[in-house]
This record gives sequence, structure tokens and C-alpha cells, in this order.
Amino acid sequence: MNSVIKYFTDIYKGVRSLWAGMRVTGKYFVRPGEIVTEQYPENRATLKMEDRFKGEVIMPHDKNNQHQCTGCGVCELNCPNGSIEIITKKVPNEDGKMVRVIDKHIYHLSMCTFCELCIKTCPFNALAWGQDFEHAVFDRSKLDKVLNKPGSSLKKKEAKS
Amino acid sequence: MSEEVTKNIIVRDDEDYIINMGPQHPSTHGVLRLEVCLNGETVKYVIPHIGYIHRAIEKMSESDTYKQIIHLTDRMDYLSAHMNNEAVCLAVENALEIEVPKRVQYIRVVLDELTRLASHHLWWSAFGMDLGALTAFFYGMRDREKILAIFEESFGSRLLHSFNTPGGLMHDVHPDFQKHTMEFVRYFRKKLPEYKQLLTDNVIFHNRTQGIGKMSRETAIAFGVTGPSGRGSGFACDVRKVAPYGLYKEIDFNEILYDEGDSFARYLVRMDEMEESLNILEQVTDNIPEGDYTAKMKSIVKLPEGEYFQRVETARGELGIYIVSDGKKFPYRIKFRSPNFSNLFVLNTLAKGGLIADLVAISGSLDLVIPDIDR
Ligand code: SF4
Ligand code: SF4
Repeated sequence: MNSVIKYFTDIYKGVRSLWAGMRVTGKYFVRPGEIVTEQYPENRATLKMEDRFKGEVIMPHDKNNQHQCTGCGVCELNCPNGSIEIITKKVPNEDGKMVRVIDKHIYHLSMCTFCELCIKTCPFNALAWGQDFEHAVFDRSKLDKVLNKPGSSLKKKEAKS
Repeated sequence: MSEEVTKNIIVRDDEDYIINMGPQHPSTHGVLRLEVCLNGETVKYVIPHIGYIHRAIEKMSESDTYKQIIHLTDRMDYLSAHMNNEAVCLAVENALEIEVPKRVQYIRVVLDELTRLASHHLWWSAFGMDLGALTAFFYGMRDREKILAIFEESFGSRLLHSFNTPGGLMHDVHPDFQKHTMEFVRYFRKKLPEYKQLLTDNVIFHNRTQGIGKMSRETAIAFGVTGPSGRGSGFACDVRKVAPYGLYKEIDFNEILYDEGDSFARYLVRMDEMEESLNILEQVTDNIPEGDYTAKMKSIVKLPEGEYFQRVETARGELGIYIVSDGKKFPYRIKFRSPNFSNLFVLNTLAKGGLIADLVAISGSLDLVIPDIDR
């Protein structure tokens, strides 16, 4: 007798708990409230990342194609993964003296762990985060980037504000 | 050797029927291989094989400065990234006797609890999924997304923040940080009852977890099972209570303890912890004082010669960090005592004699994160 009662109370309890769960899902089925799913990639045009989003390390250039990197190599020293390589060259300045300037600021995105140390430690504020996040490529070598644009030069006033 | 541990000794036999669960099994949540010996459907023993995702983080730390180590610790228990960062920072700060600003302490607690919530969301989702309740997964993910949005706004990344640095934080939190956090707390208070209706009260779920994988308090202590898994067996091991760090001394919260020790008790501990995290957030978030986001630090941090130990409570248990310094800018040796490593090896004791389907329930209730085991 007892087992029969247990059998039926189990069924009752099972159906009730099922019903409680179904009520939650059913509520969202008829009244979704808000749609939380991102419609990516359809929303590419309107998708805006946060200002602080860590997409990749970039070197901002102004409209005269000038950046603030002096080629001091502090970022290369601070990067824990060796993702940054600094290649400098010597060029004569206005007085004819040879000075060291940046030739190539090579950034290996594939090796970067987004720790932010390079950006934090750069004494000249030359680096920043870029918001681009679509980094999937077919060839790894495409992830090796030169951050200073061709033909760019050092901005005159350079000290950190 | 304690009796609890000797009971765990495995005798292999050539006749054994062995089945490999993993390293690519969805319910192990990572590359973990469980060598399961079966007798019909009954588990005779389980041998975990680890090391598939070993990255030598401890060895790599020996050639990194203390600031550079931070980003490596993110990648151990990626769901408790913030607490892992904090462990290194606290160790360095205590060694150098640096007083971090009050603002930093408050923000760290808020981030700790948000991370804990996000981690428990993911565990809840995945645990439900392991036991066949796929619906739960979407609800957990929906709420976790809100926390990740707060993280993204302030730190620029969702999972691996590297936001702590010895002496404070990398930069100040976003101006909307407090507002959004409180919005989330209010939002989630409303949503938590849904979790109860969907999973906690479900009869199928009860049958799958109640009385499954019973762990006694002695076993938990013998294996060093900490975190919610240990507290489900009545082992009071919350580092926030037993060895408070940062601001936790001043916060009023309860340590959740259940005595049953089965998978369901471990589940309930985490559910109650979510509620407790919300309480902590309510106490702290609105009171974040103004001030600096970092203490004055030299650009090269050097610890004086000696040994340092610091432990913190991550979402899965006690993380200990042991630093030996020879006075240089790199640590001489670093050892992480990661919670998941200890929590994993109790699996054999719990699963022995049970059914293979229960093994999934047990490993799910232990909430293992594999990269933390292998480091
Ligand atoms: S980016 Fe900054 S730290 Fe790196 S070389 Fe240029 S100026 Fe120096
Ligand atoms: S973010 Fe970190 S890993 Fe990436 S380039 Fe900068 S220092 Fe290196």
C-alpha cells in the first residue's frame, strides 16, 4: 500500500516541479522582456565596443602622421611575452647631429596576452588600446604588425603630460 | 598516512575494464582524462590523468618580475582571475609592508564578489547541463553576461582582466562602475528565485544529486578539499573568515556550511554563497571612498630576501601562493597551491562504488577548472 502511495505522490511532486520550471520558461516564451542575444555579425555596423576594450595595441597617429614613440624600448623591456620588438635607426636631425629614432615598432599580436604593461609603462604615452577585435586570419604572419605607419615621424612636444 | 587517504589507494588489475573519459569529454570542462574502471555500470576506481594543459606557469614566473607574474595567474583559474591576481598583489604588498589605499581595498572586494558570482553562474549553468537540464544553461549565461559587461566597461576584457598590480589597480574603475554594479545586484535579486524554480526544486535534479558522492568532513580535511566543496561537508575553510585579508575583516557576512556532504549540499552552498555575495556587494559598493587607485610603487619591485605566503579565497577554494625571494627583481621560486588540484583527487573516493552517470554529477558538483589543476 505504502509503495502505491509513494508512487503517486512521486508523480505528483514530479509534475509539480516540472510545472514550476515550465512556468519560468513559458513566461519568457510569451514575454521575452529583453532580448539578450547579440545579433553578431548582422549588427556589425552598429556594434560599438567599450572605450577601454582591449582589442589590440595600437600607436595613435595624429593628422600629420606623427606619433609619440621615441624608440626608447621600455615597452619591449616590460612585455612579459616578447611580443614587442623595437628596431631603431640613426638619422641626422636639423642640426646635423645623428639621433636615434624608431624605425619599426613590431608588435606580435599572436603572442600578446593583453596585460597592458607596455601601455602603462611607456614614458611617452605612445601606445593605446585599439577596439578592433576581428583578428581571425588564415596566416599567423599576418598578426605581426608594424605599429608606426610608413613615413610617420615623432611629434615635437613629447614629454608625458 | 591517514585512514581517509589509505582508503583511496587503487589496486590495478589486468582484467579491469577501463574506459577513458576525456581528455575531450564535454563534462570534464577542459582537457582532463579520467581513467574509469567499470564493473558493469559501477565504477571500481577513477584515476585522473592531468597535465594536458600544463604551461609551466610556476617556472615561467621565475623569469618574470612581480608585475609580469600577474597576467600569468589570470590563466590558472580563469574564472577567478581577479582573486588570483589579488593573491600575488597581497603577497607582494605584505612583504614590502605597503598600505594600499582604502579605495583599492573596497574595489577589490567588489570585484572579488562579482567574479565569484560570475563563476558560480557559469558553474550553475554547466552543472545543470551536465545533468541534462540544458535550459538552466541559458539562464545562467544570461545573468553572467551582465557581470561581464561591467568588467568589460572597466577593464576592457571580460575574463582575464590583469587589473590588479602590486600596490593597487592598473587604473581607476569606470565612472559608471558603482551604478552598474548596484543595478546588477537589484536585477539579480529578482532573478535568483528563478534558479530555485528551475533547478533547485526539480525532482529529477534531486534524484541525481541527493546522497550522491557523499564526502565526510574527515575526507574533506584529509584531501584538503576547500571552497564550497569542502563547506558542503561542514569543513569551515573560508579564508575570508579564517584568515581575513583586505577589507573582509570589516564586512559582515556568513560562512555557508552544510553538513550532508553530498552533491546537493555542495550545490546549496554555492547557491547560498551567491546570495551572500549580493549582501556583501550591497554593503560595499555604495561606500567606495574617493582616493588614489594605487599606492606609490617603485617601477621595479624587489622583495627582500625571505619566504612569503599568502592565501585568498577564490570561487573554488583556497589559493595559496608561496614566494621565495633572493632579493632580486625576479622571484627565486613560486609555488601555487591551487584549490582545484586538491579538489580533483578526492574524486576517486567519492565516485568509487557509484554509477558512472553519478561520476558526472560528482565532478560537476566539485566545480573543477582544469587549467588551475595543471597550471
Ligand atoms: S612605444 Fe613608448 S615605450 Fe615603446 S619604444 Fe616607443 S616610446 Fe618607448
Ligand atoms: S599588452 Fe602585454 S603582452 Fe601585449 S604587447 Fe603589451 S606588454 Fe606585451
